[in-house]
Amino acid sequence: MTTAEELTVGDVVAEASVELSRDALVRYAGASGDFNPIHYRDDVAASVGLPGVLAHGMLTMGVAVQPVVDWIGDPGRIVDYQVRFTRPVVVDPESGARLEITAKVGKLDADADADADADPGTARIDLTVAYDGQTVLGKAQVVVRL
Amino acid sequence: MPPTEPYLVGREKVREFARAVFATNPVNLDPDAARAAGYSDVVAPTTFPIVIQQLTLDRLLAEPDTGIDFSRVVHGDQRFSYSRPIVAGDLLTAQLTVTSVKTLGGNAMVTAESVITDEHGEHVVTATSTLVVRGED
Repeated sequence: MTTAEELTVGDVVAEASVELSRDALVRYAGASGDFNPIHYRDDVAASVGLPGVLAHGMLTMGVAVQPVVDWIGDPGRIVDYQVRFTRPVVVDPESGARLEITAKVGKLDADADADADADPGTARIDLTVAYDGQTVLGKAQVVVRL
Repeated sequence: MPPTEPYLVGREKVREFARAVFATNPVNLDPDAARAAGYSDVVAPTTFPIVIQQLTLDRLLAEPDTGIDFSRVVHGDQRFSYSRPIVAGDLLTAQLTVTSVKTLGGNAMVTAESVITDEHGEHVVTATSTLVVRGED
């Protein structure tokens, strides 16, 4: 099991590269119940002035945390997760959109007074999610129980 | 607004959502792996409460007096703060509160908080969303 002592702020704990296709957007629409047509219809996206069909922000958010889940080994140890959606992810009908995800230790919070074996504390993992060379999420922070 | 109808978290819904967000962790997908990790059934992915929050937001957007055009709604930010993980079999109720409405340069920013509790009334997770309604061009 990971403990706070084994981690240093700035450590890269996980990296991933994920391709979102139009199929992935349709699958996410069905699974989430978000049927906003800007996520699957080019004509609707164009009519409201968007550069193309966009990935659901919540799909990007959901995908971006997976490398952290795989690193920590148990999805139940994620206690807080927040993101700001700063730039849209335009999903090309043929080539899709590739997300590059990097997860780094942002902050360690081990209770100095507590017995380290009883309460190993929490870590804040900061995510960088880039698409086409630019970040698409801001203040993307995951708090995990170590 | 009154709380939502209780939402029963189904195992197959959790697995469907997990596949849709590219989750590969067996605790999300395989009941045996989840039990081995100490859970009663598969654990929902971190962003799963959006399924329940979506139901509450749909009701908000469907209110005739909001005047919100669905295709002009953009997600500004999102947060999930957990007291415990969601597992298949949970019976959850969401209470939506609009905590802030701001207008900024022709856009409206609406912050809504869904407090999600289990059948014992215990807090499970709070989902907070800021939606930006873009003004007419």
